[in-house]
Amino acid sequence: MDPSTPSPPSSPGPSSDSRKVSRWPDRIFFVVVTIVGLGILAMAFAIVGILANSSRESFRVFGWGFLYGTIWDPNKQIFGVIPFVVGTLLTSGIALLIALPLALGSAIFITTQAPRYLRGPVGTAIELLAAVPSVIYGFWGLFVIVPYMRTTVDPFLRTWFGFTGLFTGPAYGFGVLTASVVLAVMIVPTICAVSRDSLLAVPVAQQEAAVSLGATNWETTRTAMLPYARSGIVGGTILGLGRALGETMAVTMVIGNVDRIPTSLFSPGQTIASLIANELLSSTGPLQTSAILECGLVLLGISLGVNVAARLLVWRITKSAGAIVT
Amino acid sequence: MMRFDHHARRKLLSHGVAVLTGLCVVAVLYPLVSIVYTAVVRGGTVLFQTGFLTSVPPNACSQVSCNTVGIGPNIQGTVILVGIAALISIPVGVLAAVFASEYRTRGVGRAISFTADVLSGVPSIIMGAFIFGYFILVYPSLTYSAITGGLALSAIMIPIVTRTTEEALRTVPNSTREAALALGISKWKTTLRIVVISALPGIATGVLLAVMRAAGEAAPLIFTAFGSNLYYRGLDQPIAALPLLIYDFALSPASNQQDVAWGATLFLLIAILITNVVARYMIHRLGRQMVGGA
Repeated sequence: MDPSTPSPPSSPGPSSDSRKVSRWPDRIFFVVVTIVGLGILAMAFAIVGILANSSRESFRVFGWGFLYGTIWDPNKQIFGVIPFVVGTLLTSGIALLIALPLALGSAIFITTQAPRYLRGPVGTAIELLAAVPSVIYGFWGLFVIVPYMRTTVDPFLRTWFGFTGLFTGPAYGFGVLTASVVLAVMIVPTICAVSRDSLLAVPVAQQEAAVSLGATNWETTRTAMLPYARSGIVGGTILGLGRALGETMAVTMVIGNVDRIPTSLFSPGQTIASLIANELLSSTGPLQTSAILECGLVLLGISLGVNVAARLLVWRITKSAGAIVT
Repeated sequence: MMRFDHHARRKLLSHGVAVLTGLCVVAVLYPLVSIVYTAVVRGGTVLFQTGFLTSVPPNACSQVSCNTVGIGPNIQGTVILVGIAALISIPVGVLAAVFASEYRTRGVGRAISFTADVLSGVPSIIMGAFIFGYFILVYPSLTYSAITGGLALSAIMIPIVTRTTEEALRTVPNSTREAALALGISKWKTTLRIVVISALPGIATGVLLAVMRAAGEAAPLIFTAFGSNLYYRGLDQPIAALPLLIYDFALSPASNQQDVAWGATLFLLIAILITNVVARYMIHRLGRQMVGGA
């Protein structure tokens, strides 16, 4: 677990006598490394501290009411975070609903169904999706997904599922649902990679036991592998959720950017991240800047909560989840 | 008869799942194909125009022939921003990882790697807002500059470099450290010249991944690097960046600017593909090395 060196640097080993070179370089090195290491912790506190400090003005004016304020109106200088919290949670939630089955299906395909020669290339291709920058997803969403939603998906949903009340109002193509679809595409690789790793971590003996009892391929997966990999899959899903919550450029480019609580899945909206991207530069004054940064603090809180939960879960499973899955 | 039906149904279900999960993969990979296809169709001819990689971006223009399209300043700006970020984040990330993995410090080392893990999940726009909030308070005149842009990208890179370096250091066998120390080599030399060097392929892979991620980031740069249509004018001045250009021009109504955005998209996709292939090759070689050494 802990492959550190046999002797800590502070306690000189038995062999160290006065003939050896000075201990000072070692001590200086230790001090430097310690300072930088603690710097990582300091950075975490600095992020919270600076955002909190920047939101003082907004907190002075609106107090805790900011956290349940449903109106964001720069003209009247009234600011509340709820429209963006709703936008953020709604888009991420729908994205998760779309992405989870697809990602899990792909992970099962790669680990148990695909012929061996396909597993590597398919896995690599899905990982490549994770490397595409957010702004390119946004551009692609703008040119491919938005028109497709407007002409095909939205009318279909309105016709067949209009009775649910979720699909009302004009369908511009830009809106909550479109943002959710693009987000889903972006978080599939995260969920898929962690799920695949958890499925691969299932002991072979466990699978062999199921097969020896006459289980088919799918029965082996369902009874012997999925339960074993469950916590890893849940962890990967929460990681994907964390990514969706903070995703900025792609959402900004397709959500429509309207500072109101969305009334249907077709209506344009705004997430906290897209709010910051859109309005921090065009802020009407110090109060709005401060309010935007307070929204950032709220997003940080949400994403820290989600990430800590996910990391604890994934850590418990694997003891060393690679940071490669970001 | 009854048993046969049951058996057939189970087999059918198993095959059905194979087909269903295969369809999942198709659905998941469709966007990748569509993105590459759209970028090639729309940006292919633009990218290979002479001077596209060196000339400055065009103003909005609605005439038929609008020349002098290019992304020169944006490529330069992204290289400078990522360079600044790498100069900060590589030493910081590597040294922090050395602390977390090479010294027995009770829970502190674990706390650091956990913090780095959590930080790598903090949205990039929050990192930008953090740098913005600090500079607007302390050095307002520097808020929109290459420095803040580089710092914002380094805040994104540091956690990634820390975690991947730590993972790489943990793959170096303890016997290597013990052998070096037994020869009387001091701890810091053992760490830097032997342990870190042995882990270098892994560290380089992590750095490459972090660089790739930073090079594609637009969100934190909107209100730090700010963007520009000019070549580099100084560390304290706003600076161009490739992802920022894509964002600006994608939303532009002028078709010549959209064309440039597609060219830039294709350029970025190719650059990322190449980096990814190199990173994968390095991981592959690293894997072979580890198998050979075991």
